[in-house]
Amino acid sequence: MAFDYDKYIRPGKLPHIWCPGCGHGIVMKGLIRAMDTLGLKKENTAIVSGIGCASRLPGYIDCCTLHTAHGRAAAFATGVKLAKPEMNVILCGGDGDGTAIGGNHFIHACRRNIDMTYIIMNNYIYGMTGGQFSPATPTGHKASTTPYGNPDPCFDIAKLAIGAGATFVARGTAFHANQIDKLIVEAIQHKGFSVVEILDDCPTTYGRRNKYKSVIEMMNRLKEVAVPVKAAEKMTAEQLQGKILTGVLYKEEKPEYTAEYAKVIERAQAK
Amino acid sequence: MEKKLPKIEIIEKYCKGCHICVEFCPTKVLEMKGFYATVKNLEACIKCMQCELRCPDFAIKVITE
Repeated sequence: MAFDYDKYIRPGKLPHIWCPGCGHGIVMKGLIRAMDTLGLKKENTAIVSGIGCASRLPGYIDCCTLHTAHGRAAAFATGVKLAKPEMNVILCGGDGDGTAIGGNHFIHACRRNIDMTYIIMNNYIYGMTGGQFSPATPTGHKASTTPYGNPDPCFDIAKLAIGAGATFVARGTAFHANQIDKLIVEAIQHKGFSVVEILDDCPTTYGRRNKYKSVIEMMNRLKEVAVPVKAAEKMTAEQLQGKILTGVLYKEEKPEYTAEYAKVIERAQAK
Repeated sequence: MEKKLPKIEIIEKYCKGCHICVEFCPTKVLEMKGFYATVKNLEACIKCMQCELRCPDFAIKVITE
């Protein structure tokens, strides 16, 4: 039977605003399937986002949603989670929103290890504002503000999250659609700050400037560069040149922030 | 035994004509007809659901019994 996405979508909101071929729709479907697998209730799930193409996602999903200031999704979500620790808090955003404008909020949410799931849709560019380069734009690639090629080295968002202290880090791609919901399910189930980076395509502002002829070419690139973590173990460093690892990259158990904060409250009230 | 064919529903109101479903269908069931995707060869469908999974626009439903 076809999966019924309609029961999770706000009535009358489709078709969405994303461009033809944009992978954000594929990620949204993955998130909806993950919510269905876990049986998350609408009134008990909060999706928080900042500003950007990817951050339009909560507007379509029928549950508690919060569309906040640019890059501040992690800050608002921390407030939601601390006020209502029983809620499932999911953050959505793009690479620019998450790692540049909200970079500070992102690393500190990772450090605190608060029980939330951050889905970062990495399309290598600021799509909504006109294609400016983001910290995830690869060196040498073109954007509207770097017409002769971007001189900056780019962030590896998964490594940044691991370094900042996130306890669950995974990576998928928009091409590998049936892996997305599995990664998100695992991330939501993990107790602690989980980051799921989904490599995405932006045909309108990124593909066009970087000689990708079509959406299909961008999708094929994702297919070619992605290597599952298990397969990568058997590969040599030479074979892994230019490849991107996908799957669950890092997982560890650490004390969770809301639980630790409850202990602080207890200690303060005992005196 | 007769093969039971699925029903592939394409919602034209949602379809943005991105070609993803047409290109990545392993048995080439779909084709572009003007702006929208349409079903060309339903008999070849193996119900892998890749078109439904990859459609970014919620426009395809593969209905199996």
